[in-house]
Amino acid sequence: MSVPAEAARRRIVDLFLSSEERLLRRWTQLSGASPDELRDLYQALRTAISGEEGDLADVRGLLAELSRARVRQGYTPSDTARLVFSLKEALYEVVEDDGGPEALRGFVWFSRLIDDLGLYTFETYSAAREKIMLDQAEQLLELSTPVVKLWEGIVAVPLVGTLDSARTQVVMEKLLQTLVETGSEHAVIDITGVPAVDTQVAQHLLKTVVAARLMGAECVISGIRPQIAHTIVTLGIEFGDIVTKASLADALSYALKRSGVEITGAARTRVAVRAERG
Amino acid sequence: MERVPILKLGDILIVSIQIDLDDQSVLALQEDLADMVVSSGARGVIIDITAVEIVDSFIGRMLSTIAAMTRMLDAETVVVGMRPAVAITLVELGLSLGGVRTALNLEKGVAMLEHVRGAAG
Repeated sequence: MSVPAEAARRRIVDLFLSSEERLLRRWTQLSGASPDELRDLYQALRTAISGEEGDLADVRGLLAELSRARVRQGYTPSDTARLVFSLKEALYEVVEDDGGPEALRGFVWFSRLIDDLGLYTFETYSAAREKIMLDQAEQLLELSTPVVKLWEGIVAVPLVGTLDSARTQVVMEKLLQTLVETGSEHAVIDITGVPAVDTQVAQHLLKTVVAARLMGAECVISGIRPQIAHTIVTLGIEFGDIVTKASLADALSYALKRSGVEITGAARTRVAVRAERG
Repeated sequence: MERVPILKLGDILIVSIQIDLDDQSVLALQEDLADMVVSSGARGVIIDITAVEIVDSFIGRMLSTIAAMTRMLDAETVVVGMRPAVAITLVELGLSLGGVRTALNLEKGVAMLEHVRGAAG
């Protein structure tokens, strides 16, 4: 016994339209959501399936809004999807009372439609999440790469956090750009805040130093903690003729010396005088 | 084919590359430069690539070749004004231009040549 798909579809739409009150009541009961939001959804769905085109844009829009609102209220995306799915159960009871083969066949069609809509709420949820993560990653990238001027002709980049290719690229470009703009011949890359150095991070650092050299500036790498020095040696990474210093202060004093600035005892005395006044 | 002009300032030759270099002009530049170093007795060469925005491995090698060539003729070469993007490209290409001196801008390049010559006596 076969039922034409068109007839089945018409039958289920008829059932859906004719038992509005019953469906809504049962749906509210099953899902525990407020009747008002369900009514909006029901009406949008009714317009969508009773039309010839079957345009679901309005329903999707409502669902996206509902999904967002419920996340704010602390529901999980599964809860939201379950809310949509529970309409199937409510309608099935109507179909059962009808008992005809068209209604059953049509229910399968309707069920697939509701499945799609339920999954759509999930998609909306994950898309929203994805967007938040991307935004944050971007903000982090902007936040974490300041280039500071230490002295006339000396700039420093204090690196904080794990270095990956994307970040190193940003750091590298920003550092080189600053070298050109300020005409600085010395740069200090401070990696005190970098938790771990592996071969890849070392590779990135070396590339930055070589690029700076190509432009006519010298780089010093500072802030190498004992355990990092240990790791680097164990991994067999060669820093070649790149100057490395234990602390930023050492690196600054080295860079000052290289650029011909002399540090004398007088400076220290002056500091002492200020301290007395303070 | 466009030729790159070579300017003489004291005993320094200045080459400012303002055009898109093709392979022919690069070869011509190398020849012209070698001739000029010999005929003028220059002790230093400055190659200004401030205006160069795109490089390939050929141009990278050209810089190394010129530096090696002029050193044979007892003149130091300094490459000045390399843009960050160009530097990054060269590093990614694996060209570190060993043996080529670099400076941030023309002024620093001239100072570097004087310093080098002073050290050499």
